[in-house]
Amino acid sequence: MWIVWKRYFIYWPEKQNVASNVKQLFIFIQKEFKHVFRDRKTLLMLFGMPTTQIILFGFALTNEIKNSEVAVLDAAKTELSQSIIQTIDASTYFDVRYHIQNTKQAETLFQKGKIKAVVVIPVEFKEAAFAQQPNDIQLITDASDPNVSTTIRNYLTTILNSFFAEKNKQAASMQIVPEVRMLYNPELKGAFNFVPGVISLVLMLVCTMMSSVSIVREKEMGTMEILLVSPFKPLYIIISKLAPYFLISIFNLVFILVLSVTLLGLSIKGSVLLLVLASALFIITSLAIGLLISTTAKSQQNAMMISLLGMMLPTMLLTGFMFPIENMPLGLQMLSNIVPSRWFFIIIKNVMLKGLGFMHVWKEMGILTLMAFLLLVVSIRKFKIRLQE
Amino acid sequence: MQAVIEARELTKSFGSFIAANKLTFDVMPGEIFGFLGANGAGKTTAMRMLCGLSIPTSGEARIAGFDVYTQTEKIKQNIGYMSQKFSLYEDLTVKENIRFYGGIYGLKIPQIKKKTDELLHELQLTQEADKLVRELPLGWKQKLSFSVALVHDPKIVFLDEPTGGVDPITRRQFWDLIYYATSKGITVFVTTHYMDEAEYCNRVSIMVDGVIEALDKPSVLKQKFNVDSMEEVFYLLARKAKRSE
Repeated sequence: MWIVWKRYFIYWPEKQNVASNVKQLFIFIQKEFKHVFRDRKTLLMLFGMPTTQIILFGFALTNEIKNSEVAVLDAAKTELSQSIIQTIDASTYFDVRYHIQNTKQAETLFQKGKIKAVVVIPVEFKEAAFAQQPNDIQLITDASDPNVSTTIRNYLTTILNSFFAEKNKQAASMQIVPEVRMLYNPELKGAFNFVPGVISLVLMLVCTMMSSVSIVREKEMGTMEILLVSPFKPLYIIISKLAPYFLISIFNLVFILVLSVTLLGLSIKGSVLLLVLASALFIITSLAIGLLISTTAKSQQNAMMISLLGMMLPTMLLTGFMFPIENMPLGLQMLSNIVPSRWFFIIIKNVMLKGLGFMHVWKEMGILTLMAFLLLVVSIRKFKIRLQE
Repeated sequence: MQAVIEARELTKSFGSFIAANKLTFDVMPGEIFGFLGANGAGKTTAMRMLCGLSIPTSGEARIAGFDVYTQTEKIKQNIGYMSQKFSLYEDLTVKENIRFYGGIYGLKIPQIKKKTDELLHELQLTQEADKLVRELPLGWKQKLSFSVALVHDPKIVFLDEPTGGVDPITRRQFWDLIYYATSKGITVFVTTHYMDEAEYCNRVSIMVDGVIEALDKPSVLKQKFNVDSMEEVFYLLARKAKRSE
């Protein structure tokens, strides 16, 4: 107690002045940037990862249906049935490829995987000249992938509904036809949901990996010892390790946003400032996790594995961008609460897609702030304790 | 003359394990003090206490006149440190390494510039100033690493097995650098496994199981144990050790 007291009070005036401390920090941070820019692997991780993720999630891994090939069995052969088929073909979701004569043919096409659905317009359709019910039309879908099947059914039903609604309007029907509007994402683009997820994932991985690896590298190289023997304070080591990666991550965020806007045609509805602010919070949280990893990891590989494997899965699964959290078992739902990206994902979705302001995300931002603070305190303490040994 | 390192019953224990037990010794200014001991004898623990990296369990020590309990910051300003790993950044150039270490020791920019020119000239590395350290031969890295440890003109320099894995000729050259440093009044505290190097020291201490078993000039120790080389002195003492690693 006495020693601590003496350290803080008696030796206080002997501490170096602020200006020289700042200069020391500056030289250290400069060095960190040199490490980053001279290492091809780090650069690749920084810019390659977001680019591939955006492309992967934005184009390849979508759960939307585009140009699905369908077959039609038009037994009615009327003007009406023809125009129904034309409407289906005209939509961007479907491509009428095959005109078949019997259900047997449909079976073969399904088995070969050529088509996703068959639209059957029965002979009775002719008699029911007033047929205004889409129910009279049969839809057969390939349900080996239930999600795709459901989506196709929904899309087709919607197309048919609106077709009949249009017809009925002319016939002045009294039917109630709901007019559906898809809010915030009118075109139902899968990328809109994935991009905020990818932003959380990439920022999380890049931040934890960079900070943990860069600290562990100094331990491995033996340079950490020299830093500790020098008058440069441990807290400064932490600051000068985190500051460059903070800046780089902000740059990375901008890079991802530009990619999403230009490549995926996303528009940022809300305040960019709020978005950057929330991201800064999330970046600090992730950097603190990296710092924590660095106190336990033995080697650079070790640090990389922990940050990649240890962070990738929980982030992917428990953030909510791949699987909705509400559908998970209670245990996993509770677990997802401690995953920082879960909260960040909500913020970024609200701000980017819905254009909501601070009033709608303050709770999540508060949670992130708390997490960042706790993680920083714990990791700084742990970092210092390790040095004492 | 006032000793630059004074240790009095300096002890560090981890739980019931006493890594360093009541170490008492003085090191005089300009002296080369060899700190020998088998692996696990407690050398590293002792050295870490003297560098202000770990707080002793009991006992006292003053480094360059500063207390190891309360004045670790002052101690750090006055010591240099070099380990076997050379502690240079491989992806920085020779110049950048000097600048960085000068920087964290709080040297001002003009001072760093002056120091850089001096060092490069002394080591005859002016041609290689802008080369990455990675590209230098091992012997040069080692010399550069030593010079960098002296960049802030410390009173004492701690060398932790500085010549591990280096060929005999380079080792000999390295000792020339050490002598040159002591000629300028710097005190050298060195641990080593090579007994021929022990002969180069002014005085050596030999640690066995956390205790200093012998401490004197190499010639006196050889006489005392009635043997011809430090190798034999070390062997006679170290084989008594009960703990390893």
